[in-house]
Amino acid sequence: MSEQQATPPPELPEEPAPSMAARFALYQRAGGIITPVLTALLAFIIGGLVVLVTTGKNPLSTYRAIFDGTGLNWFFPWVRGQERMLAAEDLQQTLLVTTTLILVGIAVAFAFRCGLFNIGGQGQYIAGMIVGSQVGVWMPDLAHVPHMILAAGAGALAGAIWGGIAGILKATVGAHEVISTIMLNWIALWIGSYLVGFEGPLQDPAQVFVPVTEEVSQGAKLNVFWGEALAQGLHIGFFVAIAALIVFWLVLNRTTLGYEVRAVGFNAEAARYGGISVGRNYFLAMAISGAFAGLAGSVDILGWLFRVDLTSVQISSQIAFMGIAVALLGRNTPLGIFFSALLFGALLNGTSTRNLDPAVFQPELAGNLTLIIQGLVVLFVGADLLILYLWRARTKLRRKTAQAVTQS
Amino acid sequence: MSVASVAERATVRFDVAKAAGIVAIALGALAFWVTLPPLTVRTQAVPITLGLAGIASGLWSWRHGHVRLGWTGVMIAFLGIIVGLFAMQAAVGNLEVVITWSALTAATLRFATPLIFAAIGGLFSERSGVVNIGLEGMMLMGAFFGIYGADVTDSWWLGILIGMGAGAALAFVHAVFSIHLRADQIVSGTAINFLALGLTGYLFIDLYGTEGTGEVPAVPDVHLDFLGRIPPEGLGNFLERAFGQLNLMIWLALLTVVLAYIVIFRTTLGLRIRSVGEHPRAADTVGISVYGVRYLAVTTSGALAALGGVYLSIGFVHSFTENMTAGRGFIALAALIFGKWRPFGVLGAALLFGFASAVAPRLENVESWATYGTLFQTLPYLLTLIAVAGLIGRSIPPAAIGRPYEKQ
Repeated sequence: MSEQQATPPPELPEEPAPSMAARFALYQRAGGIITPVLTALLAFIIGGLVVLVTTGKNPLSTYRAIFDGTGLNWFFPWVRGQERMLAAEDLQQTLLVTTTLILVGIAVAFAFRCGLFNIGGQGQYIAGMIVGSQVGVWMPDLAHVPHMILAAGAGALAGAIWGGIAGILKATVGAHEVISTIMLNWIALWIGSYLVGFEGPLQDPAQVFVPVTEEVSQGAKLNVFWGEALAQGLHIGFFVAIAALIVFWLVLNRTTLGYEVRAVGFNAEAARYGGISVGRNYFLAMAISGAFAGLAGSVDILGWLFRVDLTSVQISSQIAFMGIAVALLGRNTPLGIFFSALLFGALLNGTSTRNLDPAVFQPELAGNLTLIIQGLVVLFVGADLLILYLWRARTKLRRKTAQAVTQS
Repeated sequence: MSVASVAERATVRFDVAKAAGIVAIALGALAFWVTLPPLTVRTQAVPITLGLAGIASGLWSWRHGHVRLGWTGVMIAFLGIIVGLFAMQAAVGNLEVVITWSALTAATLRFATPLIFAAIGGLFSERSGVVNIGLEGMMLMGAFFGIYGADVTDSWWLGILIGMGAGAALAFVHAVFSIHLRADQIVSGTAINFLALGLTGYLFIDLYGTEGTGEVPAVPDVHLDFLGRIPPEGLGNFLERAFGQLNLMIWLALLTVVLAYIVIFRTTLGLRIRSVGEHPRAADTVGISVYGVRYLAVTTSGALAALGGVYLSIGFVHSFTENMTAGRGFIALAALIFGKWRPFGVLGAALLFGFASAVAPRLENVESWATYGTLFQTLPYLLTLIAVAGLIGRSIPPAAIGRPYEKQ
């Protein structure tokens, strides 16, 4: 993955030794894979230390238990029989979460490539969920395939509009997208809570005492291709997410739009000088980002939730914020996003109350461990310079000892 | 909001046109207020007359050089008429359920206090040029370690100190990554939020299990009985009910605002903080340690934000729950922006947002208004979005905000 990043690393301080630049170039090239892996590893090690210090339990057996809950052992050929069936069920759940994380990850990454930080995944996701579910509820007579596409597309459109608001504000009055997307998140959260909550206009009239919307009609539900449809099997939304990764790559690297978006991301002033409309690209980047997050919302509803309930509106922040970690760890590249979404999807599923054996490690603790690891990953990924510092400290130390040796 | 900062400037030099603008805003507010209890005017002419006078006053101010203030006055006066006429449609009984001014004032202060602490904290950090998205996490640290400290030491004031220390420690991490390691400050702040959420949740379950903290020493209330004896009786009653039973930390929050104003605008340190946030290179040239000032400001912001969390856990609800700040750090961020990075502006914004939070649950007491309570919660975010978009007086951040400084 030799893709360049949207946020160029901070300018290197001038270094007298000429070999430093060469070394840094090497690090950059190799760093495409090495740094994210090291970062994740470091975060897991610290997480393991937390386990060891607070509970005195063996971190390795804790991680092993979490891993067993992810179903990733399905890929091991020696796992057979009953165990394999269980692993398959767990893996379906992991991939369900991965699907969502891929989409919200792209939502962050696409904006990143334009130099924008889309924290608004939550609001866009909520917009996608609600609009997607309503289109799924309306028109029960529509044929299966068009209904699915229409409902999922409507969710994406809603997300695009919600993200586009922040884009327009950035393009026209220069409002910082981080602030406006945070505000839009909370506005979406409360409007969503109003809509699906008690006596809200979208609450299911058949269930007055439960804050949920009506179930989407059978025709709008996404097909399950692996596992039981009634037991949350894996739906075709997974392929939608994979396709989204390909679209993400194609748009960025093979279209004029993608070229312009990246140009603005590298240097907005230079892009403006080159005749690119910066404002237009800000808007488009936010709208397209929002479309991916909205798609995540509608795919979740049509794939396995089927109804928007108050809880899924309220916990949406966890999903959307995880998209930031996914995009950062994946260095905003399609392949990177896929693997980091798989990692975080596995972590989320492996630490869930259903999958983690309480005798080995308390699931409530493990859920928070996931958050800690996620925080550390984001913290370390944000500091490319940390690695550079270590490099420089090493060279300096070497030079000093060399000097000391020659002087004596 | 802007009223406070405008009033603050007005004391310097009396300006008739400016006063007219302020009168316009006041008349707009009055047009609405007369329709509420205790007056509950039910003659349409009254709010219309007041509002029109406000519009005229605003227009006059606009024509005499105060474009933005005048325009704001016109808008508020216009809104006053609309909302006032709208309120007239409501039954007097319903309004009296929702609006009991003394209770509402006390509740407003209660809801505003965590916001004031956190927003003033954010003010220190952002005035020095470091974006602080991590306020939410720092509050959460204060909330948990405040109650934990109070529990372990069996004293509420040690709890306050320990909570502040924990918030400062987390802020220090943010400072290291965003100042020395020159990481993206927004990414680092996001990481801080995850870390705090995971860490406090983890420790809470590890130390207390799922039962909660039990009985913990709380920050005492301040009883001001003499307020009730102030003549006339109505005023005395109001004062006693509104201010007679407030928590110590509420008074501390108000004191913090005054202190922050003095420090930021009346001391050398404040000048240094501001200069580092506006033009770090220039500050460096005259011998100010940019890094030193920023470290101090960010760490202070963590300690202050933590106070907001401490108030929540041992001043307000007397217990801790996972993620108990529930987005208050982000509202504080909104208050900071809405208050234009000025202490009294921030106070005004926090009081306004606190008022919104205080009214929302009361709306639910009236059956026909119940669902609007949720919708009403969007108010702070909508207002901030409008302020960021520059419709009501543009919020302009410190010039060097978000940019890491490189020593030369």
